[in-house]
Amino acid sequence: MPTSVKVKTLRIDGRDVSAREDQTILEVARENDIWIPTLCHLDGLSPVGACRLCLVEIKGSTKLLPACVTAVEEGMEVSTQTEGLESYRRMILELLFSERNHVCSICKSNGHCEMQTLAQRLGLTHIHFPYRYPSLPVDLSHELFGMDHNRCILCTRCVRVCAEIEGAHVWDVMGRGVDARIICDLNQPWGTSETCTSCGKCVHVCPTGALFERGRSASEMDKRPEFLPYLTLMRRAGGE
Amino acid sequence: MIFEELGHIEEAELEAQSRFERRIHVCAAAGCLASGADAVKEALSGELQSTGLEERCQMVGVGCMGLCSRGPLVSIQPDNVLLAQVRAKDAKEVVGTLGKKPPKRLACPSDLPFFKRQLKVVLENMGRIDPERIEEYIAVGGYSALHKGLTEMTSQEVIDEVVKSGLRGRGGAGYPTGLKWSQLSKESSPIKYVVCNADEGDPGAFMDRSVLEGDPHRVLEGMILAGYATGATQGFIYVRAEYPLAIKRLNLAIKQASRLGLLGHNICGTPVSFGVEVRVGAGAFVCGEETALMASIEGGRGTPRPRPPFPTQSGIWGRPTMINNVETFANIPPIIRNGGKWLAEIGTEKSKGTKVFSLSGKVVNTGLIEVPMGITLREIIFEIGGGIPFGGKFKAVQTGGPSGGCVPDSGLDVPVDYESLSHLGTIMGSGGMVVMDDSASMVDVARFFLDFSRHESCGKCIPCRVGTVQMHGLLDKIAANRATSEDLAMLEELCDLVRKTSLCGLGQTAPTPVVSTLRHFREEYLSHLSGKA
Repeated sequence: MPTSVKVKTLRIDGRDVSAREDQTILEVARENDIWIPTLCHLDGLSPVGACRLCLVEIKGSTKLLPACVTAVEEGMEVSTQTEGLESYRRMILELLFSERNHVCSICKSNGHCEMQTLAQRLGLTHIHFPYRYPSLPVDLSHELFGMDHNRCILCTRCVRVCAEIEGAHVWDVMGRGVDARIICDLNQPWGTSETCTSCGKCVHVCPTGALFERGRSASEMDKRPEFLPYLTLMRRAGGE
Repeated sequence: MIFEELGHIEEAELEAQSRFERRIHVCAAAGCLASGADAVKEALSGELQSTGLEERCQMVGVGCMGLCSRGPLVSIQPDNVLLAQVRAKDAKEVVGTLGKKPPKRLACPSDLPFFKRQLKVVLENMGRIDPERIEEYIAVGGYSALHKGLTEMTSQEVIDEVVKSGLRGRGGAGYPTGLKWSQLSKESSPIKYVVCNADEGDPGAFMDRSVLEGDPHRVLEGMILAGYATGATQGFIYVRAEYPLAIKRLNLAIKQASRLGLLGHNICGTPVSFGVEVRVGAGAFVCGEETALMASIEGGRGTPRPRPPFPTQSGIWGRPTMINNVETFANIPPIIRNGGKWLAEIGTEKSKGTKVFSLSGKVVNTGLIEVPMGITLREIIFEIGGGIPFGGKFKAVQTGGPSGGCVPDSGLDVPVDYESLSHLGTIMGSGGMVVMDDSASMVDVARFFLDFSRHESCGKCIPCRVGTVQMHGLLDKIAANRATSEDLAMLEELCDLVRKTSLCGLGQTAPTPVVSTLRHFREEYLSHLSGKA
């Protein structure tokens, strides 16, 4: 850690909190047990600000800002749980549920899914938007793992963990808009990938049942992303 | 080359031109080329040859003359004769009447309000010079602003003139150009980049394309001056692949300018260095958004990222980067030549200078126009544009493409500037202007733009990726008279969500076509709800 770090004081949901100047609102909020929902963010991976669930209100700003990439500032007044924000968060989740085929009861990650947990916590009981029911493939060509595009929410955690932590960059995104899809290497079956090291990191950072270990039945695919903070810590220690 | 030699090139070119009695300008911009300008030029050349007039008459392919709906256009100088809708078979007649009264059916009066009501700053050379020859640009005073800037002014003085001019970004958002320049100049990085955003993709917009095709050196001159003022040594021009002629002429212009030492190391013997590279986009509208554009230049997938950091802080490859629109750069040479105060005298209090618009849709004169800020939409549409064809009735004008909205009849007398258009619920945008008559359905207009936005959404953030698709579905339902008032309420809810929570400008402005048509033409939506219409 650098020797001279400036400390800032700010207010989140009416509570005065202190923070290092290089921290984001999300980091400080979590340190102080203030809950801000996230889906694309994962400690140890580069932030992308894509899911928009961590948007917060900042006094004096007309724009909503993503807590995961917004740096703290002295005297900042942050609100994380207003009625407006909660309604936006619920609508964003509803949009996600309507986008592909998220059928919890038959999903391998039922009960272990971050999106499902978030929906429960935000009190989501109905999807008001029409379901799109797209026809999407399931890739079972890899001997250990599978990829179900029907459950994918394009959070790109798999892309980032593979490129940034494993260093293989097997995954990427192809296409635009709702047609965007996670692809393996040059858009080929996972089993034919020459870059995949079969480490399974992507499977365990995936927040839903899109990436899974084969041989698991419904509700059996629990995710263990704990390796990530450990690896990050050890790498940081090794670097010093 | 040293700067003094510019004078020699100018003299030589003027002397060469003076050997001819006449110059025949044939429009060589995309619009006229599409309606056969190439064949017209060839036929005219052949005719000049066979009549032995080729020694006395110079044939020149020039940039857009503006009146695209009447193309191919031919102008004969110094007689100031403009001929419209010329065909190759007319060549004999045209050459035969040189210096005499032009054929009546081709002649187009050059004192039409279409020409007289315009004020050309950015387009001053359009239709006058051959964009493929640097000598012609130099002969009309080209690169004299660069000469002045690099030899008589400090970089701070260049920025000061831009600040004084009050110029604001012509890409649509209207950010003060001088402020952006001074921000980049204050960054201490040894490597900085200047980028010209030529990824014009709004449906109905062809301003940047015309400038690049008709006067590419002007944009280069503006970029070099920006490099000098801000300390950047490398420039990129990001052009969409759908503009092959613009790319060809830009590359030619870069080659010509480099050969004369106007680009590259130690420009004309000064300590200033600046290089320019053309980067061709692969057809994604979102790459006009500055952070997506930078990702694309780096070779990555064109998706936006949250700001801050702003490009001037951390841009291409983490280096400070400044992105200006084509038209913004094209405004720079006259500002440096005439001083910032000169531009500041044109326009309104907060919006200075002129704006180029591409006028299209249900209007008599479609084409490329440049007008002073503060002119009213009514003057643009009914005087310059000549009103609605076939006695139709005006309904609305759409500005700003998929990020903009529709202005109804009641807003036509408002002076055009950044603020007034935003009060009307639309934006200045890059300059696309689509006129609609009363046969247009406003629900269809909104549906068209939402269809565009949902296709062009990059898919990174959820509100834009899925929200635009759901909005489009609801508009489909409304257009098919199957929607209920609950659907309309859901549409408005989605407009608010997508606008407030999307990551980049594309998503944040995607609902504007719906919001603005709902504001001005709500009854039309209501008439579509089930049980009615």
